[in-house]
Amino acid sequence: MSFLDYDQRYTPTGIRKLLYFNWFLVLLLTAVAASGFVMLYSVAGGSYEPWATPQMQRFALGMAIMFVVGFIPIWFWRSVSGLAYLTALVLLVLVELVGESGMGAQRWLNLGFMRLQPSELAKIGLVMAMAAYYDWLDLSRVSRPLWLLPPLAMIAAPTFLVLRQPDLGTAILMVAGGGAMMFFAGVNLLYFGAVALLAVGVVVAVFVSRGTDWQLLKDYQYARIDTFLDPSRDPLGAGYHITQSKIALGSGGWTGRGFMEGTQTRLNFLPEKHTDFIFTTLAEEFGFVGAASLLALYVAIIVFCVVSALRNRDRYASLLTLGVAVTFFFYFAVNMAMVMGLAPVVGVPLPLVSYGGSAMLVLLLGFGLVQSAHVHRSRIK
Amino acid sequence: MKRSAADIGNSSRSITRRALIVGGVQLGIAGALVARMRFLQVDEADKYRLLADENRINIRLIPPTRGLIYDRGGVLLAGNEQKYRIVMVREDVGDVRAAVARLGALIELDPEKTEEALKEMKRRSPFVPVTIADRVSWEEVARVAVNAPTLPGIFPEVGLSRFYPLDQDLAHIVGYVGPVSDYDLERLEDDDPVLQIPRFQVGKAGVEVKLERQLRGTAGTRQIEVNAVGRVMRELNRKEGKPGANVQLTIDQPLQNFVQARLALDEESASAVVMEVQTGEVVAMGSAPSFDPNKFIHGISVADYKALLENPYRPLANKAAQGTYPPGSTFKMIVALAGLRAGVIDPNEEIFCKGYLQTAGRRFHCWKRGGHGKVDMIKSLRESCDVYYYEVAQRVGIEKISEMAQELGLGYKHALPISGVAKGLAPTKDWKREHRGGEWLIGDTINAGIGQGYVLASPLQLAIMTARISTGRQITPRMIRSIDGVETENAPAPPLDIPEEHLAIVRRGMYEVVYGRRATAGRSKIIAEGMELAGKTGTSQVRGITMAQREAGLPDKDQVPWEERDHALFVSYAPYAAPKYSVSVVAEHGGGGSKAAAPIARDIMLFALYKGLPPLEAYPSAQRAEIRDRFARLDLRAPIEPTQGRGRA
Repeated sequence: MSFLDYDQRYTPTGIRKLLYFNWFLVLLLTAVAASGFVMLYSVAGGSYEPWATPQMQRFALGMAIMFVVGFIPIWFWRSVSGLAYLTALVLLVLVELVGESGMGAQRWLNLGFMRLQPSELAKIGLVMAMAAYYDWLDLSRVSRPLWLLPPLAMIAAPTFLVLRQPDLGTAILMVAGGGAMMFFAGVNLLYFGAVALLAVGVVVAVFVSRGTDWQLLKDYQYARIDTFLDPSRDPLGAGYHITQSKIALGSGGWTGRGFMEGTQTRLNFLPEKHTDFIFTTLAEEFGFVGAASLLALYVAIIVFCVVSALRNRDRYASLLTLGVAVTFFFYFAVNMAMVMGLAPVVGVPLPLVSYGGSAMLVLLLGFGLVQSAHVHRSRIK
Repeated sequence: MKRSAADIGNSSRSITRRALIVGGVQLGIAGALVARMRFLQVDEADKYRLLADENRINIRLIPPTRGLIYDRGGVLLAGNEQKYRIVMVREDVGDVRAAVARLGALIELDPEKTEEALKEMKRRSPFVPVTIADRVSWEEVARVAVNAPTLPGIFPEVGLSRFYPLDQDLAHIVGYVGPVSDYDLERLEDDDPVLQIPRFQVGKAGVEVKLERQLRGTAGTRQIEVNAVGRVMRELNRKEGKPGANVQLTIDQPLQNFVQARLALDEESASAVVMEVQTGEVVAMGSAPSFDPNKFIHGISVADYKALLENPYRPLANKAAQGTYPPGSTFKMIVALAGLRAGVIDPNEEIFCKGYLQTAGRRFHCWKRGGHGKVDMIKSLRESCDVYYYEVAQRVGIEKISEMAQELGLGYKHALPISGVAKGLAPTKDWKREHRGGEWLIGDTINAGIGQGYVLASPLQLAIMTARISTGRQITPRMIRSIDGVETENAPAPPLDIPEEHLAIVRRGMYEVVYGRRATAGRSKIIAEGMELAGKTGTSQVRGITMAQREAGLPDKDQVPWEERDHALFVSYAPYAAPKYSVSVVAEHGGGGSKAAAPIARDIMLFALYKGLPPLEAYPSAQRAEIRDRFARLDLRAPIEPTQGRGRA
């Protein structure tokens, strides 16, 4: 069952598909990844080891995956969307049972050649499944309360599993990504208004209840909120990361302290400098110009995806493309907000730049889906 | 099932609308991120740049080199020596135990200290060097250096530490340094950050503590870049400090050495002061027995310290300045001068001495049981008649005696850069009321007339008194010649408020003490021409003599326990005609001044005048054999080359 029958006569075939890839997107992805290599080289003190070389290898692998995925017709991907989602869920359960721990959380499955983070895979699986659901669902039923339940359950299941690891950052990204999918699909704005009101209500209740008998959070959780709101209260404890991160960013100035000259990075004042806080190093060494340029590259990737989605008349393809784009957006927006002290410190990497295999491979797989949708879009008017 | 074209259109429009809304929100968020970047990186850049520098830059202090102390001839009295230690860096060593074993094969390691060092190493960061062997010899350093390839992470370090090449000769003057203690920090009220350096050496006694500020210098600073765990990455900037000022004392090292050796030769516990009478410069100040100040530098062992404290001859005390004694007959010049100035006695007036003076219901004895007969002032000094001074003291009264004593330097705490300079005591009626209770008695004045009773003076004060009598000027003692090459102020002393003719009589009397008929110090003549000695003996009682004892006849010195014997004193100056030096000697419980103290003073005076061991011709011929024998027994130091002005030792 399909929303729209593809006219396969107008779809490119074989090697000719390469010509119909969105090459600008490929270029932008490579540029972002390359800035990542440079930064990983820098934080290793001017060395390709231990981070830059593996990162390049993974990027090459990810690019290969992207092209393979892009070559496979979008209607195949639609048909396996549910399967992909279920596979991701099973892997998340497996993590719960046999996963490896690291940094106080159980996140990884050891596949022998690499350590896989199923929560990353689940994000794409969720986007695929929801796109398929709303492609299948009659437009008139989209906002019916009963038909809201399946997508909410689809979001809740992986979120619950991820929270148990515990990985608050990924959970937030999943809820946001799933919510965005429902928004794109046309769910009535009133629902979103209601959810927003509820959220505000909860936040107010949390703060108002503090110190009273019906206090909603534990004291230490309030302490964390305090630290987020004012890191200088605890500069050497929980506020240390964010304070040092802001110092590094700020000391970069307009043009930065120069490649490999960032003292905060060099002297290890920065935490997690090769993963979640790598943007700080970039901002320290290349300044406002460098940081804003990276942000511009990210925004350009989003723009290309949105344009591709809007030109595609296939509902599944459009929703999928927008879903991947918004997931990508949440990655870098949350990460940047976090290192700049605008959001609490939750473990979200900077997409394609932070050192880490799973996130890069899964994101490039997602962009492979975007390419597939782009290549196989309907060309009849 | 195929969707209708209308559905497709509706879907597309809906998605487009929603996508544009989300896109707008995303652009808004991106804009907010850029604004935040701009705020942090452009508007607040200076603040964060400063914070980044504060993060990474530490200031370390470079301890200043302590100033050196020289004698008047440029001989080094207190220097700095390079001190080697072996340090170990855990992260470079690998197996710490094995490394210690390898090191132990090369140099001697104290197992106790090694254990301490290993514990410290575990406690501290792996890159912090920990001292494993302190104060190692140059040979051991060489052995470690040669074997460096097999000892990774172990290397010698060098630092400066105080040392006193003349060990005990100047222990009481120069004093010593020691590691700064919490007590010092409190006491000094000094916020010099250099004191925070662990085991930084500060003055603890003597010149070292009195001139601490000048000798210490100011610390330099080193700006270093450190990483987040405090490891030093590199040095960014270095500001050298200012080394401490070199200090030159008025002390003459060869004479000082002679004084110490001479005092230790025959006496258990004695002290002496040699002063240049014209300038007040203290050229020697001896106190025997002494101690080795080098033992204090790194903290003295409990056993050593206990031994010093329990020694009955008090080696730690500088008896020349801290010790106060009843001056005995050496006080008689003061009484005579007070009497002359008050006009109560004519120098030619004769007072009859029948061996005692009966007054106020008591009998005050002269040291000569049979009495001196008719005594004028010169004779009273020459033969040290007590009855004469009982009489004069009664006539003058204690207030005027006390006034004269203070004018001649007694009962006053002289400003010298050494520890514990004593004030002594020139008693008055008010003093007794305040401190002893009760009224001043006539007997008190009589006792004071012969320097007994309440009167107390230090050998330093006696040397000052003698200098003032010999010059008629208000000589004040000084011990610092120059600081950092700048001469200390040395204005000529103003004249005393004592008529010259009075002083001439007393000086004549002091000359007769040595050269007169039946002179008390007749055995201590100097016969070299132009070096005539003038002096006064003193014997001060430590315990009262009862009537019964006096009747039974006074026992011989050797039959009395040491601590009950009299103190022997002698004050002197020479040459009589043109005074150069004053010498005071106090031999604690030495017996009679003429027998115990005067010969020491003469030897010291001759050494000072000849600037070296005097020729035997300076002594009366009958004594030369004895003198030669005495000199042979002296344990003198070989001459030392002056090093001042030849760079820092």
